[in-house]
Amino acid sequence: MSGQRRLVRRHPNFVVGATLTLAMASVCALSLIWTPHAPDAIDVVNKLKAPSPTHWLGTDHFGRDVASMIMVGARNSIGVAFLAVTIGLVGGGLLGAVAALRKGWIDEVVMRVTDLTFAFPALLTAVLISALNGPGAINVVLAVGIFNVAVFARVVRGAAIQVLPRPFLRAASALGKNPLGIALDHLLPSIAGVLLVQTTIQFSVAILAEAGLSYLGLGVQPPSPSLGRMLNDAQTFMFISPAQALFPGIAIATIVLGLNLLGDGLRDLLDPRLGVWRAGS
Amino acid sequence: MLTFFARRVAALFLTLLAASAVVFVVLEVLPGDVAQIMLGTGAQEDTLAALRTQLGLDRPAAERYIRWLAGLVSGDLGTSYTYDVPVAELVRDRLSVTIPLALLAFIISALVALPAGMFAAQHHNRLGDWGVMATSQLALAIPNFWFAILLILVFSVALGWLPAGGFPGWSEGIGQAIRSLLLPSLALALGEAAILARVTRGAILDTLGEDFIRTARAKGLGTTEIMRRHVLRNAFIPIATILGLQFAFLVAGAVIVENVFHLPGLGRLLVQAVHQRDLFVVRDVAVLLAGLVIVVNFMVDGVYALIDPRPRIEL
Repeated sequence: MSGQRRLVRRHPNFVVGATLTLAMASVCALSLIWTPHAPDAIDVVNKLKAPSPTHWLGTDHFGRDVASMIMVGARNSIGVAFLAVTIGLVGGGLLGAVAALRKGWIDEVVMRVTDLTFAFPALLTAVLISALNGPGAINVVLAVGIFNVAVFARVVRGAAIQVLPRPFLRAASALGKNPLGIALDHLLPSIAGVLLVQTTIQFSVAILAEAGLSYLGLGVQPPSPSLGRMLNDAQTFMFISPAQALFPGIAIATIVLGLNLLGDGLRDLLDPRLGVWRAGS
Repeated sequence: MLTFFARRVAALFLTLLAASAVVFVVLEVLPGDVAQIMLGTGAQEDTLAALRTQLGLDRPAAERYIRWLAGLVSGDLGTSYTYDVPVAELVRDRLSVTIPLALLAFIISALVALPAGMFAAQHHNRLGDWGVMATSQLALAIPNFWFAILLILVFSVALGWLPAGGFPGWSEGIGQAIRSLLLPSLALALGEAAILARVTRGAILDTLGEDFIRTARAKGLGTTEIMRRHVLRNAFIPIATILGLQFAFLVAGAVIVENVFHLPGLGRLLVQAVHQRDLFVVRDVAVLLAGLVIVVNFMVDGVYALIDPRPRIEL
């Protein structure tokens, strides 16, 4: 018990972040089996209603239940973010590891390509892809994913270059172990902490990007609910029903705040120079 | 020093060239038939052929790319398919909204974040520091377009002080124009200010720990004097770097915020062009925005190199 209290006192970021993230993840998981109402059930008679015991967060301009739409919308945006971060982790992780292990012109090419990628904010890339494919969640996944590949390539390369000269890695190399084996067995565990923190941060960046693109009508398409589009609709009706402009925004901000705090907290916990990892034990 | 800058300028042009090639390949080579995308699947074959000739799509890709580059350099970007005006004119008009918007957001965030960051650093680990950090954490979590909607709710719907959107144009007087840019730039400044305040705090805390600050204290300089003469000048380097890196996010943010407030800027032009499938306007605006990001980062690198001699040796 005293250990837990110490964790809360010394790492409030981690505790608050983990709690918010777990809570939002649970709500999204719950939406798979249960929502208060069907999120796409239209009931025009009861449109734009204020929060009530039947509709906890009120109804939108089609009379759909806002609480249910937020639950499913949050799940959609977490799903999109998850895919975008996975693409970045796998693609960027491989590129970064290869660049660090091989050095030379391969390293140079990887670095210049990531430079170029950073000139295109994910939003711009998503807009470009949407111009060709028409709007859709897959564009967001691709655009944010491509940006994440560059981010993770940089992070993995940077971390790997610091770790590689260490004796145990040089020993593995001297013993004739192949580069892929070294990367998977030795390099990955050494940089897992950095990766974990970066993953949390990119997750929250992806949630924000998805929300922005959905607001512009370029993300998850109807009838599947999305938090960004709910806000766009709410803006249209904000003179009649200003409350509708609050809830989806609160949901986005809670997810992002939770992930950001979790990332900060994990960095504090895992940074070996601070010697704080034992605080959790 | 000269060779360093010559190499940087060469790298700048190569990056710009690569960025334009990426945009060209994505929008004109990958999709197959540009005319089909612009006219939709129901278009007749002779209409498609006419549009292809009109847009010069019947020429080889390499020739089109070089023509386009030449157009970019000379400022002749052809005519917009949907607006039927020269794209260069369209872009110039829109820039007169986007650039003031970005500048205003930049000024607001600097005015808020630099003092806030300094305040937090001076009250390190006390209530003031905690307050600034908690506020910036919250600000980072709020999407700019939602903050924009909240600002409209408060200042336009409830109080009626400022317009909820639209732009009267600069010809209606600077006061009116700035009034319609105020809420958008506030919305855009939120995230910038949050990051800038955090970086400022960190940079000042790092500098305060340096030996030369202890020396300055030991020789009897006052806190204000130390801040002004030693801390701020040194802390400026990381702050300038972050300002440059953040520019890309400012550009992306402007694309969304302009749409919230129906401002006739580049971002709104871009999104409208996507919905109207005007691929040429999308192409030109996209390359312009990416080019802006590249040039700003180049300038920040340059300033950085002027202030700090180390990067030259590392190259």
